[in-house]
Amino acid sequence: MSETCEISFPIEGDRFEDAGKVSVEVKKILKTFDIPNDILRRAAIATYESEINVISYAIRGTVNLRVTDDRILIDVEDIGPGISDIEQAMQQGYSTANDRIREMGFGAGMGLFNIKNCSDTFEILSEEWKGTHLKIVINR
Amino acid sequence: MDLAFLVNQLDLTVRCGGDRLDREVSGGHVGDLLSNVMAGSGSGDVWITCQTHQNIVAVSVLKEHAGIILTQGREPEADTVERASQEGIPILVTGLSGFEIAGRIYALLHP
Repeated sequence: MSETCEISFPIEGDRFEDAGKVSVEVKKILKTFDIPNDILRRAAIATYESEINVISYAIRGTVNLRVTDDRILIDVEDIGPGISDIEQAMQQGYSTANDRIREMGFGAGMGLFNIKNCSDTFEILSEEWKGTHLKIVINR
Repeated sequence: MDLAFLVNQLDLTVRCGGDRLDREVSGGHVGDLLSNVMAGSGSGDVWITCQTHQNIVAVSVLKEHAGIILTQGREPEADTVERASQEGIPILVTGLSGFEIAGRIYALLHP
């Protein structure tokens, strides 16, 4: 396989039965590249947490994966309520998840924190009542 | 140490993945918060949890766990078994608590 690729995956909000499917696909694709295990692990965690966020909070979204010679770029865009206070949302343990989400073991307030930890650069753009765009970059 | 050894030693019941019990167990992780499990567990771990819904399978696949042990007699939901079977993730159940089963596995791993 070539050393670069670009591919998009749609995610439907509230479909918890699909949770993790995109991340598993992304990891399978990344495994076809010559990428060290620790980088794979970080990309999988960042994608998984982003995917869960879209399912938990948004109406729908898209994961765009792009692999270049030196970087893995994971862009996650959704249509949804957005994040009113990004700084607060980034704090470990802060969550707006409802009981149903929490009962499944999600909504611990670790998602964005985990994504940031796994990224080399991480940017959040969000507009209330429009949506959220995560820009995750991991160096290969 | 493989999963089959744990099944025999700890009297675990196999709910699926019985043909994959040759997977090596290198460690373990106890947790019910999926983000913590994503962040903290490693490949080859046996994951001990009381979560029974199908989302545990994707976490285990992504983290390349050896398998999942459900505690306190909890049973996996039907779609959890279906998905785990597709993905080749063994699910085992025990009547013991997370604390007890983790302690016993730790003792086997670090005699």
